[in-house]
Amino acid sequence: MSDKKYWQTFGDRTGSEAFQKSSENEFPEELPMEGLGGKGILDAKHPRRDFLKYLGFSTAAAMLAASCETPVRKVIPYVNKPEDLVPGVANYYATTYISGGDVVPVVAKVRDGRPIKIEGNELSAITRGGTSAKVQASVLDLYDTGRLPYPVQIVDGKPQEVSTFDAFDKLASDALGALNGAPLVLLTSTLTSPTTKEIIATFLSKYPGSKHVQYDADSFTGILLANEATYGKRAIPSYQFDKANVIVSLGADFLGTWLSPVEFARQYAQGRKITEINPVLSKHYQFESLLSLTGGNADERIVHRPSETAAIALALFAELGGQVSVGALDEKTKAGVKKAAKDLLDNKGNALVVSGSNNVNVQIIVNAINEAIGAGGTTINWSAPIQWRQGIDREFNSLVTDMDAGKVGAMLIYGVNPAYTYFDADKFKSALKKVKATISFNDRLDETSELCHYIIPAPHYLESWGDTEPKAGYYSLLQPTIAPLFKTRPFEDSLLKWSGSAGTHEEYVRQYWIKKSGSLEEYQKALQNGVVEPAASSASQATSYNGSKVSDAATALSTIKKGDKLELVLYQTIAAGMGDHANNPWLLEMPDPITRANWDNYVIVSPKFAKETWDIDIGKQRQADKYEVHPEKPVVKVTLGQKSVSLPTLIIPGIQDDTVGIALGYGRSSADKDNTASYIGRAVVGVGQNVFPFALFNGSSFEFYASEVTVEKTADTYKIAQVQTHNSYQGRTEVVKEITLADFKKSPDQVPEGRNEELKSFGGVKNYREQGTLYSAYDKPGIKWGMSIDMNSCVGCGACVIACHAENNVPVVGKSEVLRYHDMHWIRIDRYFSGNPDEASSIQTVFQPMLCQHCDNAPCENVCPVSATTHSSEGLNQMAYNRCIGTRYCANNCPFKVRRFNWADYTGSDSFPDNQRQVLDDSVMMMNDDLSRMVLNPDVTVRSRGVMEKCSFCVQRLQEGKLKAKKENRPLKDMADVRTACQQACPTEAIVFGNAGDGESLITKTREEHQQRVFYALEELHVLPNVNYLAKIRNTDVIEGVEKKEGSGEMAEPPVKS
Amino acid sequence: MHYRLIAPKTAYCLLILSFVAFSKSSSAQDGKALFQSNCASCHNPVRVVIGPALKGVTDRVPDNKLLHSWIKNNQTVLKSGNKYFTDLYNQYSKVPMNTFPGLTDPDIDAILKYVNSYTVATPGNNGTPTATESDSTLLYGILTIILAVIMLTLLQVNSNLKKLSDDKEGIPSAEPIPFYRNKAYITLLILVLFVIGGYFLVEGAIGLGRNKGYQPVQPIFYSHKVHAGTNQISCLYCHGGAWESKQASVPSLNICMNCHAAINEYKGDKIYREDGSEVNGTEEIQKLYSYTGYDPKSGKYTQAGRPIEWIKIHNLPDYVFFSHAQHIRAGKVQCQTCHGPIQQMSEVRQFADLSMSWCVNCHRTTKVDFPDSAGNTGNKFYNIYEKFHKELKPGDSITVEKIGGTECQKCHY
Repeated sequence: MSDKKYWQTFGDRTGSEAFQKSSENEFPEELPMEGLGGKGILDAKHPRRDFLKYLGFSTAAAMLAASCETPVRKVIPYVNKPEDLVPGVANYYATTYISGGDVVPVVAKVRDGRPIKIEGNELSAITRGGTSAKVQASVLDLYDTGRLPYPVQIVDGKPQEVSTFDAFDKLASDALGALNGAPLVLLTSTLTSPTTKEIIATFLSKYPGSKHVQYDADSFTGILLANEATYGKRAIPSYQFDKANVIVSLGADFLGTWLSPVEFARQYAQGRKITEINPVLSKHYQFESLLSLTGGNADERIVHRPSETAAIALALFAELGGQVSVGALDEKTKAGVKKAAKDLLDNKGNALVVSGSNNVNVQIIVNAINEAIGAGGTTINWSAPIQWRQGIDREFNSLVTDMDAGKVGAMLIYGVNPAYTYFDADKFKSALKKVKATISFNDRLDETSELCHYIIPAPHYLESWGDTEPKAGYYSLLQPTIAPLFKTRPFEDSLLKWSGSAGTHEEYVRQYWIKKSGSLEEYQKALQNGVVEPAASSASQATSYNGSKVSDAATALSTIKKGDKLELVLYQTIAAGMGDHANNPWLLEMPDPITRANWDNYVIVSPKFAKETWDIDIGKQRQADKYEVHPEKPVVKVTLGQKSVSLPTLIIPGIQDDTVGIALGYGRSSADKDNTASYIGRAVVGVGQNVFPFALFNGSSFEFYASEVTVEKTADTYKIAQVQTHNSYQGRTEVVKEITLADFKKSPDQVPEGRNEELKSFGGVKNYREQGTLYSAYDKPGIKWGMSIDMNSCVGCGACVIACHAENNVPVVGKSEVLRYHDMHWIRIDRYFSGNPDEASSIQTVFQPMLCQHCDNAPCENVCPVSATTHSSEGLNQMAYNRCIGTRYCANNCPFKVRRFNWADYTGSDSFPDNQRQVLDDSVMMMNDDLSRMVLNPDVTVRSRGVMEKCSFCVQRLQEGKLKAKKENRPLKDMADVRTACQQACPTEAIVFGNAGDGESLITKTREEHQQRVFYALEELHVLPNVNYLAKIRNTDVIEGVEKKEGSGEMAEPPVKS
Repeated sequence: MHYRLIAPKTAYCLLILSFVAFSKSSSAQDGKALFQSNCASCHNPVRVVIGPALKGVTDRVPDNKLLHSWIKNNQTVLKSGNKYFTDLYNQYSKVPMNTFPGLTDPDIDAILKYVNSYTVATPGNNGTPTATESDSTLLYGILTIILAVIMLTLLQVNSNLKKLSDDKEGIPSAEPIPFYRNKAYITLLILVLFVIGGYFLVEGAIGLGRNKGYQPVQPIFYSHKVHAGTNQISCLYCHGGAWESKQASVPSLNICMNCHAAINEYKGDKIYREDGSEVNGTEEIQKLYSYTGYDPKSGKYTQAGRPIEWIKIHNLPDYVFFSHAQHIRAGKVQCQTCHGPIQQMSEVRQFADLSMSWCVNCHRTTKVDFPDSAGNTGNKFYNIYEKFHKELKPGDSITVEKIGGTECQKCHY
């Protein structure tokens, strides 16, 4: 084991005083003693006697008020109960998550008529039941209070309800009838539905000269056009990361946000699952400017300026035998390119290169590289092209020009919001005003819709019928899981109506699929499965390659000059994406995997930038503290040409020294800021800044970087809520274990040996349980639950965090509370850095999901004065909320810092809402709306203020699974009966859960098969966790660590003492 | 001086006495409860229901062993060809009796004892056992008071005698203090009040939110006695949720109409409200029709239905998870165990107090449905408890508590 030093924060790394001080208290707040001013307590603003008086009075008053009667409750049965519904039993319906072009087959859990949880559809060959944070959170979007509840028309700038659909149809057909031959444009996001496309074609044929434009905010025009140039197909092939032994990503965040992260994460993890018998790992190179989630998982990271992207692609191509001239690159980058090229060539036919660039020429070079390494027909599969990105940027760009010139008569907008996501939104807005008739089908009065004349909201996907074809030949169907909550009408219904066709989209889909599948029964079966796919996944196919455009592309790219000023990258975060789920508090509160900040966007800068700008050397204790301990971060003004934005900064190691990054998808705002809360949603108010204007159009596609920006210091500061500055392990080291592949092959037993060595005085690992304690051991006569988390498979995507939110009614606390360290997540994904922050390429990142470890010798249990937390005979660390009196001793005594305290009444279980106002953020209050509360899981208690809570291993699911087995009179089957929410959500199957007392269960087998990697966090404390981790094996030459003598004098000091 | 001595003594005596008076004798294996949970759905001690009246059964079947084996598994007795029981079987239209392998011999004896000692309860005095219980409390109470009076008298006599003897010996005694200013008496009184007040406060506080006996007036006078008692409709016919779900659920109106589309008047025995007034059953059926919008003349639904807003009787707090399916289907618990003799209730009342101690007590005494080695009976889920299987005799079982049935997170999550 290396003496690797992991750190979560800079203070952690330097072991500064302030850091130690701040990590001493689990709850770092001082008691709010007001106005003492050095005087005695009786002279205080609120003296003790007053306090006692009020206490006595209020107790007496409460007793008088409460001691009257038990309220009368009603029980109201159905008049006619639906046949397939049993109150109290959940039904599961297969449907499909669609958002923009994204398609994920899912299963919706519907409890008593309400969808409350989304799970992946395991029948889908694309995702195999994987989900993402956005998919998990989408159920909350259904109950979004920001949705437009009825069709409106804008009169004098104000929305007015249109009372009926018929009235709306009349308004719309009048408007469309008065076009006098002016063309009509249907503007949508990428649509993958075959029926919708047919309906659109029929509709457009009624309006000669009209056209359908697809626009993707998250554009893949670069790949589409490059493939057209080299393969003759304007399409995106399927990538097969599972078949790649060597993966080189040129800035593509394919595990987080690029194209199809759920699918790619699953494939990628296939190549990262390692056993002792077969110690093979894929090798992953990441070239990037910022530190992305994918970069964090990479074996080798090489950082470069954003403007060098093209040069690197060319250099790689040249190394692989391409006849292109290469621009200047520094030695380190060159060496990295060389190394990657060698590995690619060595694994010809089993290698894959992807690029996140939206530049057509870069993508042409990438295609040439993939041809050179034989990726076509192996890791690049043309038999089933991906269809969820079809938008071509220049089409949209010329559309805006047409609109501006008054050439567009009418515009129908569905599922896109260019007034926010288009880089030149002002031009689009003024152009939109020149269109005679504008109708929006968006679900709320967003930036674009509020400029339209008529808005008829389309229902949420959980309320809709439909079909999708995410990949050619692969279908996924939609069926409603709840009757529409609002007066909404599917977009397709409106088109059918306005084109004079009878019927609805539902009927259309049914007819279409009965015809396609052969019979009604087949269609119903397809609906039940949710997906219709080819029987066997087709073998990977290549397609004919034409390299004639490569040299042109290379020439064009060679003109791109390497920047010498500060550069800007606009990136997507997992939670915010392109801002399409902006009013979702679950996503807003989800900490970013890398920065661990939530509720805002910010400028991420390198340590070197910080040193130069504010003279903050984060390698020096005091300066790091000055920056780090307080949430107030310095604000900078970022300027590009005429555009500027002021944002706070976060110093993140591992990003290129001369690059700053800002996340897209924040700063949603209505034209009149006061309307934002009611038009877009209450949670988006004051969340971040919009940086879409900083994007650029290069003539054929949008690009999300700028090679020359200026960043000015300001005197302002701004508070950023971050979650990983607390929850410290106080320097205890055995939390993460990481070894190189070479080391693992050489001495595969080093993890178990290290454990044995450490526990030697207790008779080694074998006898540790009995001999490490004075207490007697307790029997687990039947079930013993256990969890195993593979740190090699976990990519840190955070789907589990949101799944836990949904399953366990985990409250949203709002930014102001996160700032006070009151975040409530039951599972968090700890992010550890190692390496030298001054050298961006040396930074290695480890993600570790941390949840209640359900210790068999739990330190929290024996400090509870009221026995509210106890141990079950099944190995669960139980929490009885109704018994808890809120002493918080347990949280103080938990070495893993996974217990969460309800400091305020976040969930609104208090019957007096006035107790919450002014205490909690409006976004939290939004979650307490009757509509939002429909998402709550009725099987889990909604906790009130003053009680502790934590991960329960989804005990409600365990009880349900056990009962299912009992009902069927059979033994428990762990994968079929019990799965925790986090396990189910995980796209990479990193989490395994089950009965460790059963020799046949997956958890037992996992622990046996991976004996060489099994370890327990903080094992030496003898807390005996029921969660084990599998050590991370990194396919790299070195595990980066801080060497003791390196750096300045302060650095040489020993790290945090334990 | 001697006054001071009296006070602690008296207080101590009174405390002990009060404990004696208020503590209730803990009830042993209760024949009545066993009868009600196991037998009452088919038998009455003095009345023929589905099966014969049971009073005097020990006289009719003097062979105690035979009677036990009949109750445990009547099929084997029938197969052996016992004449008495074969005749009985034929007499009751060959309706087979349930088997009760779970009943132990002492259980059966307790049931038989209860059955034989059964007397018809006079109206307004429900069940004799409760009456005797309250009688003994009263008796203890009177005894306590008598003893207290005797004690106080004796103390007074004692102090008077002491005073006399002191006077005689010339020891000056303190000025006599009137009893209402006597500190000892005041302390005593305060103590007594504290104990009594405390007792009632604690009892009251424990009882907060518990509604044993809650019997609200429902929108329709629906008689379980008529449906489940007289007409022997299975509980699960209407409360099918109990088999599948955590909620037994009140049946939807279409289930009522399965029968009541045809049954539009009530012709059975007279039914009475709790206050003694008579209920017109036919009118109550008409109410159902008005809710469902059914026109009995045409036999069609002429109006839109509207749901009935029943008043919920059994309320559990939000933080309690209770599953009917677990108890009814996996645990094979009879409905009557928790809901009482529901088939005799014209208006439903809450039978149990639904307190946590009530739940836990049952979990402590109820045996788990362990499978036998052949796997013919019992629930195979419990095969998982290998350790217990090894230790147990074949066919034996352990209580729910032993497999974690009293742990917090079995019900609270």
